[in-house]
Amino acid sequence: MRGAFAKTLVELAAQDDRIMLLTGDLGFMALEIFSERFPSRFVNMGVAEQNMMGVATGLAEAGFIPFAYSIVTFASLRPYEFIRNGPIFHHLPVRVVGVGGGMEYGNAGPTHHGLEDVSVMRTQPGITVIAPADADQTASALRQTWHLPGPIYYRIGKNDKVIIPNLDGRFELGRLQIVREGGDLLLVAMGGITNEVVAAADTLAKQGIQATVAIVSSFNPAPVDDLIRLLGRFPLTLTVEAHYITGGVGSLVSEVVAEQALGCRVVRCGLTTPPLAVSGSQSYLQHQYGISASALVETALRELQGIKTQ
Amino acid sequence: MGLVNGTAIRRIILEQSKRANVGHIGSGLSIADLIAALYGGILNIPSPSDPERDRMILGKGHAALALYAAFYLKGWITAEQLDTFHTDGSLLGVHPEHILPGVDFSTGSLGQGLSFGTGAALAARLQNSSRRVFVLVSDGECNEGALWEAVMFAAHHQLSNLIVLVDLNHQQAFGYTDAVIKMSPMANRWQAFGWDVHEVDGHDVAALQQTVASLDTISGPPHVLVASTTFGKGVSYMESQIKWHYMPMNDAEYPQALEEVGTTAIEVAP
Repeated sequence: MRGAFAKTLVELAAQDDRIMLLTGDLGFMALEIFSERFPSRFVNMGVAEQNMMGVATGLAEAGFIPFAYSIVTFASLRPYEFIRNGPIFHHLPVRVVGVGGGMEYGNAGPTHHGLEDVSVMRTQPGITVIAPADADQTASALRQTWHLPGPIYYRIGKNDKVIIPNLDGRFELGRLQIVREGGDLLLVAMGGITNEVVAAADTLAKQGIQATVAIVSSFNPAPVDDLIRLLGRFPLTLTVEAHYITGGVGSLVSEVVAEQALGCRVVRCGLTTPPLAVSGSQSYLQHQYGISASALVETALRELQGIKTQ
Repeated sequence: MGLVNGTAIRRIILEQSKRANVGHIGSGLSIADLIAALYGGILNIPSPSDPERDRMILGKGHAALALYAAFYLKGWITAEQLDTFHTDGSLLGVHPEHILPGVDFSTGSLGQGLSFGTGAALAARLQNSSRRVFVLVSDGECNEGALWEAVMFAAHHQLSNLIVLVDLNHQQAFGYTDAVIKMSPMANRWQAFGWDVHEVDGHDVAALQQTVASLDTISGPPHVLVASTTFGKGVSYMESQIKWHYMPMNDAEYPQALEEVGTTAIEVAP
């Protein structure tokens, strides 16, 4: 996703000279295609993310469209109040770009994991929040939204190789995308964990259980109407996110179920405990937190059994 | 004395804070002459909506009443608007909001204004504009670490069109700066970060204006005027007293304050 982001941003910057790229001293082997082509519109802000968001606000007030890039947690949490009081309260087109949602920086440890960014951004009504599922969707989302008048938070992954089958780069603000249809249960995925969700659906299918897989990548605006239509058709929904279960896609789905009085059980799969203080790869940690494909299959089978015995 | 002068600004601060029964009086009186120097001569703002205007950011947003006084004296807001300060639905809150013409950036959270201003200065340079950016911060505000991120960035990029005024009144919300987080010698700190530093009397309007006029805003480092001020300046019982960060005036205190500040008739730009 990171490569797709940089490549698409270069395309857009060639068409519109208001686009700038600021980075908090990150992006080695990723952002050079921008910095080499547009050196005057690229600024390494140093390891100073609060100032990066403040400077982006000042640039945007003067007519620029600055993209401010860092690892998810340094892009969202460290400068959060600057984002709130700056681009959000001033309604300015600053783009906050967080790379590496969830445990993508696995062995780097919890300081580098993005576990609550969608939650804290989604709580602000004044910012568009986008969490693409793969590289092609990242490119589409960027092309469709870069010019919006208000601020945007993009949560993008590091992985450019994984492509979600049947997603075909589809993206629409306020809509979800369905990549697999089945009548037994609904899986709703957010962001880079989607490949595990699709793999879980494949395994379930081999056992005769057919799942629908929906991807929510547009938060603010959220695909509420799509969710209402979809959730009403299933007795069981698993939401899956490489994120705490509070505030992300699990919360969004639960809000819709409760507000619309839909008769669907929601099981939120994601992080429920403080981070493990152990070193681990992305796949190891995802399994520990119950969001690997195999862990999701287990959860789905257990919950389906529970519904049958009720 | 021009229309926008320290005496008129102080009068308005006293009148409005008494009417609204609010504090932050001492903080406003501290910067009255800095605001007079800026809006009475330094700032090039043909109109608050002119994109090529100088930008001015009040980092210490809690002193917004001094700003509103200048806007009134400039004729940007009416007496009726000024009288809405601190009332429900008003554009004139305790801290300045950008929806009020003349306020370039909302402030109130200390330490953010300089980053906004640094971005505004970088934007002016990228757009080959000669507009300048002024940011007025308090000495207590310099406790905020993020402010120094902006200080470092502006010096590294030699943002010569950025001019900071530090309201060096030696006190902050809940104590004197030397007792809370010692910031002195303030000038040396900015100098060590590579800024062009000028130590000035923050109540000498003519000297402030002359100093700013002498600055090279085309090339070289960013500039800081470390302006020595007296908190609560002009009202004897408020000067250098912590309580006047917070307290409103009672009916006995108000007439004395008005008398000490002076009763020069306030004139407003047509």
